[in-house]
Amino acid sequence: MIEVMHLGKRYGETAAIDDVSFTVAKGEILAFLGPNGAGKTTTMRILTCFMPATSGTAKVSGFDIFESPMEVKRRIGYLPENPPVYPEMTVSEYLQFVAKIKGVPHKKVGAALASALEKCNLGDVARRLIGNLSRGFRQRVGLAQAMIHNPDVLILDEPTVGLDPKQIIEIRELIKGLGGEHTIVLSTHILPEATAVCQKVVIINRGRVVAVDSQERLSAQLRRSEKLSVRVRRGEAVDPQKILSIDGVQQILPQPAVDGEGVFIIESELGRDVREELAKRVVESGWGLLEMKPLAISLEEVFLQLTTEEKGVEEAAAAPVADGGVAV
Amino acid sequence: MRNILTLAEKELKLYFISPIAYVLAMVFLMVSDYLFHSQVFFYSTLSSQAMRAQGNLPQINLHEILFRPTFLNMSVILLLIMPLLTMRLFAEEKKGRTTELLMTSPLTITEIVLGKFLAVWFLYALLLGLTLHLPLMLSHVTYVAWKPLIASYVGLLLMGGVFLSIGLFASSLTENQIVAAVISFGILIGFWLIGMTAQTVSDSSVGEVFSYLSLIDHLDNFVKGMINTRDLTYFISLTILGLFLTHRVVESQRWK
Ligand SMILES: Nc1ncnc2c1ncn2[C@@H]1O[C@H](COP(=O)(O)OP(=O)(O)O)[C@@H](O)[C@H]1O
Ligand SMILES: [Mg+2]
Repeated sequence: MIEVMHLGKRYGETAAIDDVSFTVAKGEILAFLGPNGAGKTTTMRILTCFMPATSGTAKVSGFDIFESPMEVKRRIGYLPENPPVYPEMTVSEYLQFVAKIKGVPHKKVGAALASALEKCNLGDVARRLIGNLSRGFRQRVGLAQAMIHNPDVLILDEPTVGLDPKQIIEIRELIKGLGGEHTIVLSTHILPEATAVCQKVVIINRGRVVAVDSQERLSAQLRRSEKLSVRVRRGEAVDPQKILSIDGVQQILPQPAVDGEGVFIIESELGRDVREELAKRVVESGWGLLEMKPLAISLEEVFLQLTTEEKGVEEAAAAPVADGGVAV
Repeated sequence: MRNILTLAEKELKLYFISPIAYVLAMVFLMVSDYLFHSQVFFYSTLSSQAMRAQGNLPQINLHEILFRPTFLNMSVILLLIMPLLTMRLFAEEKKGRTTELLMTSPLTITEIVLGKFLAVWFLYALLLGLTLHLPLMLSHVTYVAWKPLIASYVGLLLMGGVFLSIGLFASSLTENQIVAAVISFGILIGFWLIGMTAQTVSDSSVGEVFSYLSLIDHLDNFVKGMINTRDLTYFISLTILGLFLTHRVVESQRWK
């Protein structure tokens, strides 16, 4: 449904994104996960034909973003970081206007409005001025405008930013409900959001895709450990048992090495520094310690910059949510 | 075309929601009425003096003495008011981040620019329509020459088009409405100064160029009751130039 091919965007000398490629299948919800400044918004703005890419291209529903931007625009619903609303308009006035400019035939505008109001739970505030709504409701109006023309693809840029935990849960449920019917790309810098809502995750950092993974495998990565790389003179002499017996060490992985040297990756419990004890064992055993360094795998480096915990949301999710009736 | 009307309708809706259109309409009407009535007062003292001196009413062209000065003065008021009408058109969209909605919808930039322009031009036509009560009022008491009046209103409509397209252009340059208004004031006052200069150097060839560039000189031809292609071309091409420049600016902002 969406094919992104080697997208690049430069601002003068600096590249905001570089060689970004991924695909999204029909009906899939994909998380575009990365810390602030990673290039999520830039990618989404290119996909929605808001701004041109410097290199590469993308296809949405088979239409190229450069060759047929109008066809692409007709098939995409976009919620930018800030919902693009007119505060002086009422919710239904605004949604009717959006339906018309998105190309919904005039006769069907009423039906489109009714369906969007219902799906986004906006019935009660349809006649209210958007400027008087809470942040959560405004975000739902943003979602409603993105889906009012029933597009194939929804592009949602950080849809839960700035909301309180209760609103976050509501918006996520709403988005999950839209999956299947629409293909969704959702950007976020919150790891649990990606794993809670999406089937597939693309991780982007400093403008580059660093990993593409399924939600399950990403969650497995999350149970991460400290990794150390150790190089010794006499590799064949190493007795793994001696190292595994150190308190906190979980695994030892031999790596290919040359000239009889041995290289091992040693995984230990998170937050446990085993270096001192490890060095002692290696030296006492006479294996010839040459080098010991912590491994910074690129993905882990990214994880460190992501928001991995959500205060309040988990508790709120556990608490029973009153159905429908929501404070404005 | 459908898209242009949808966009224009939205702009008009926003104009009528905010107080600015009403405030400007009121100010414009009050000033126009004042200008007209001071002209009437001037004319009546003049004619009663003439009556006393000669014992009969001299041949006076009412249009020439009442409406022409009123319309020419009105154009100066418009020069002050119009930037306040156009300043929000693009600046507000940028500030409120709604540009992203328009630019990611299946609309062309031409449609967006024309929708906004038509909306504000229509609003201006309404504003101008309100001043029709002046000749209507007068027609109850005396004979009114409608032909030059119609020409005057055509001229005012077209000159307004120029003012508005310049204002639209200024609004596309910035997200600050005040800055947009100041830029369009600047450009319009530039045109006005050209007109002033044209009068002082009227008999040289420079004066001729200046006079051609002066908005007021072209308006004056309409107000005198003449509609000719030279003036039509001038107003219409300036309007199109303003719209074209706006289009370029909006397009170029995609690349930033
Ligand atoms: N208009 C711009 N001019 C220059 N640099 C920009 C502009 N917009 C974004 N950038 C840079 O591009 C990078 C990616 O930004 P963005 O796509 O907004 O990231 P994200 O949405 O992931 O936070 C950032 O380093 C940002 O500073
Ligand atoms: Mg962003």
